[in-house]
Amino acid sequence: MTPSAYVLEYHLVNYRRTWRSSALSTLVLPLLTMLGFGLGVGGYVRTGIDGVAYLDWIVPGLIASTAAQTALGEASWPVMSSFEWLKVYFAQAAAPLRVGDILGGHLAFMIFRVLLSVTAFLLVAAAFGTFRSIWTLAVLPLSALVGLAVAAPVAAYTASVRSDSYLAILFRFAVLPMSLFSGVFFPIGSLPEPLRWVAWALPLWHGVDLTRAATLGLDPGAAGWWHLLYLLAWCVAGWFLAHRRFQRRLVF
Amino acid sequence: MTALIHARGLIKRFGDFTAVDGIDVDVQPGEAFGFLGPNGAGKSSTMRMIGCVSPPTGGVLRILGMDPRRDGPAIRARLGVCPQLDNLDVELTVRENLTTYARFFGIPRPTARRRAAELLEFVQLTERAGSKVEPLSGGMKRRLTIARALVNEPDLVLLDEPTTGLDPQARHLVWERLFRLKQQGVTLVLTTHYMDEAEQLCDRLVVMDGGRIVAEGSPRALIERHSTREVVELRFAAEDQGVFAGKLAGIADRTEVLPDRVLLYVSDGDDALAEVHRRALNPASALVRRSSLEDVFLHLTGRTLVD
Repeated sequence: MTPSAYVLEYHLVNYRRTWRSSALSTLVLPLLTMLGFGLGVGGYVRTGIDGVAYLDWIVPGLIASTAAQTALGEASWPVMSSFEWLKVYFAQAAAPLRVGDILGGHLAFMIFRVLLSVTAFLLVAAAFGTFRSIWTLAVLPLSALVGLAVAAPVAAYTASVRSDSYLAILFRFAVLPMSLFSGVFFPIGSLPEPLRWVAWALPLWHGVDLTRAATLGLDPGAAGWWHLLYLLAWCVAGWFLAHRRFQRRLVF
Repeated sequence: MTALIHARGLIKRFGDFTAVDGIDVDVQPGEAFGFLGPNGAGKSSTMRMIGCVSPPTGGVLRILGMDPRRDGPAIRARLGVCPQLDNLDVELTVRENLTTYARFFGIPRPTARRRAAELLEFVQLTERAGSKVEPLSGGMKRRLTIARALVNEPDLVLLDEPTTGLDPQARHLVWERLFRLKQQGVTLVLTTHYMDEAEQLCDRLVVMDGGRIVAEGSPRALIERHSTREVVELRFAAEDQGVFAGKLAGIADRTEVLPDRVLLYVSDGDDALAEVHRRALNPASALVRRSSLEDVFLHLTGRTLVD
């Protein structure tokens, strides 16, 4: 086993103690969103979007959004706590772990959490019969990619700030617009040009587009490869930024 | 035998600020070695460099014969670190805190469980093994942190102010455990600003001030070198103790006037006190005591408060 696997193991042991508090919301939240948006709003959008029933169209968007939200949640307060409040990163840094092991193990756990939330969502959505393709199975690796593309840069951001009021700022000014303008609830074609650029720049829309292609069985074409590459670029850049910030906080 | 810690001209700078300003240190196997000094003396910076979580700015540093710049993980695998502030996992149980930490050292799970049980016995927390960390008292958390530092059977244990903030009972229990470790031949390196702690635990110590080592030796040798055998503490019923300084001239090797009392550093306290009475100075109270490490410490690092 590599040292980062030991760090992942530690986070899993920790999660075994706390999973109950998050289990209900993991299952109930997708159900509520689907009922509210899919059926509620969908009742008014009778024509569907691009010839697809609104519920079927919105579910992949909600899945990608869930992946991003879970990644955000895991890379913000828990990372802040590991530096500032419980200081467990410092305990890990005193052991024979490298900064990359500490970061890599924690990111691996964040992806595990993303996969749990997405699996719950997939099960609920499958019960509603919204999937139209075997490619739906690709949603899991896709969600892991979206999760890392969000978690790594957010972990870098969290490691650069000293107070959780900066996390509130992140959620207000980055997360909310990202969720609204990334094609989760409506196609970004209906956005004015500048807001479309916001969608293109942030990772979520790329994940939404790919996830939607997968569950609806559409061919994403060449754009699909660009989405993948762009998400990968967020992962790689996020990793290097986070590694640098972690290094500066733990080894000085 | 080679030194476990070998430092020559060790320097640590943070920007313009020099925290450690060229210190030479050697710690031998089996020794209990102390870094004493006021806040900001450079003790914790030195400990962080020894713990391989802070690269030296200059000088030579060898830990267990290895170079911290290159062999950090290999060195840390053989160190036990008890930090100044507890960084335990409050969500985990007492036992899990030890077993998960053991995993970071690549220790197999069954071995980790066995060692956790032994260590909990050693720090007298067996009864709390299954309870969460959160409700434990400060002393219990400290003992658990010490147990965690021992989980990899380290060659060298680093303790940064091990009893700061503990009540007297808890402190004595920690000392007693550390003393037991020392008897088992474990090499201890600790920082403290408690003189009684240093006298209790350290075979040898250095006094640091302003990033430099200002004295080195065993507690007894330091007292002999930097203080007298005894100290007479006099309190006069006067607003200004200073007016008595002149009248006390010639009695002591060194006379120190403080706002509330006058200290006479002498070889024989009773003789000196007799002389004080012979001069009819009539102090409101007088105390003859043996010189302590605290006298050395205050003499070397001054009485000015460093915050």
